[in-house]
Amino acid sequence: MTALAALIRRDIKIALRVGGGALIGVLFFLAVVVLMPFAVGPDLALLARLGPAILWLGALLASLLTLDRLFMADHEDGSLDLIVMSRTPLELTCAAKALAHWLAAGLPLIAATPVLGLLLNLDTTSTSAVALTLLAGTPALTFTGMIGAALAVTLHRGGLLLAVLVLPLSIPVLIFGVAASQAAISGPVSFGAPFSILCALSLASFVIGPFAAAACLRHGLD
Amino acid sequence: MTLTDLANPTRFLTLTVRLLPWLGAATAVLLAIGLYLSAVAPDDYQQGATVKIMFIHVPNAWLSMLVWGVMSLAALGTLVWRHPLADVAAKAAAPIGAAFTFLALVTGSLWGRPMWGTYWEWDARLTSVLILFLMYLGLIALWRAVEDPSRAARAAAILTLVGAINLPIIKFSVDWWNTLHQPASVLRMGGPTLDRAFLIPLLVMALAFSLLFFTLHLAAMRNEILRRRVRSLQMLQASQRSA
Repeated sequence: MTALAALIRRDIKIALRVGGGALIGVLFFLAVVVLMPFAVGPDLALLARLGPAILWLGALLASLLTLDRLFMADHEDGSLDLIVMSRTPLELTCAAKALAHWLAAGLPLIAATPVLGLLLNLDTTSTSAVALTLLAGTPALTFTGMIGAALAVTLHRGGLLLAVLVLPLSIPVLIFGVAASQAAISGPVSFGAPFSILCALSLASFVIGPFAAAACLRHGLD
Repeated sequence: MTLTDLANPTRFLTLTVRLLPWLGAATAVLLAIGLYLSAVAPDDYQQGATVKIMFIHVPNAWLSMLVWGVMSLAALGTLVWRHPLADVAAKAAAPIGAAFTFLALVTGSLWGRPMWGTYWEWDARLTSVLILFLMYLGLIALWRAVEDPSRAARAAAILTLVGAINLPIIKFSVDWWNTLHQPASVLRMGGPTLDRAFLIPLLVMALAFSLLFFTLHLAAMRNEILRRRVRSLQMLQASQRSA
């Protein structure tokens, strides 16, 4: 257990270091949200309607961007081989790395949501609804993205392939995340139904992600 | 001849040489019968002659899912049983499945324009089939991204099994969501609701398409085995030249 805790602590420390990539995700999130009004036009009512979708899309792309850091840095300096060969089950280490990645890269995105919601003319209920759905949904993005990161770790120019592989698996999370946000803001539809499915997707990814990623790492690194 | 006997590539190749002409002929005959039955099928009272797109659209859609199922079985063969030809089967099936999915989307779109008034609609069935198409393309990209085919095989096998979750989503999407695409009319509880005049040509065409896939798949597997032999020979030649 202490091995996993040490791994999580190590990963968070590395991610928070300068050049570690934790804040690059937030910067990219900011860039996407800032570019949207330039593309869509300054109509505040329209931006408020599109707000949850823009925030979710920005968060999804930002987490996609930071995903290759999950294994790439460790692969380059050889620590990934040590991790694969260690006594701790590889599935648990993958889960620990994904958890650390979510804490370092996903939580800042959620923390940035209220500020960015202001840029999109969202009121407090809308922003908190989006932040809550992001809290429930970004773990799913990280854990399913981990599968793509594990597949792409052995490829030298694997970055774009990673995005292509992970995107179809992230689409359901996006759909239900935006649906839950819209339901909380305006909807005739209840908030509970899409939110429960979003939580279910996250919980399922906690199981499927580490097992698939561990299998990929074992087969890909020999 | 069990699957373990077919693990020998040379024996598999000789088997394909004998089988392919017969399979090709059977496919052609069944396609001819199916197309004839589709042509003489009556017009629908609502859709008129446009209903006949169904005889091409539905078998394409069925095959797109069947091919992913075949690839999933091949993925299990690679990961669990380490069958030597399982990864050849998976790699050969991917472009064929992508083609079937693409044709299903295109024929469905062409059918949608006169029927629904739109070429595309973001409902559950169309979206999940589009996601299936994107996953096929991602899988083909993954196969090409790794130099050594046997290493790519294990990564692709895992991705295939993870993507298999999409198949029940596609099948039940018309039940779980309010979709523009019509609900299930053939494979459903309580039997098919399609009239026999349409059901028979549809099933004949589905069988013909399945045989078409089987033929193309065996031919593609044959090509893949020969391609790998050429690659081995080229690497041998290159190493001998440098030695």
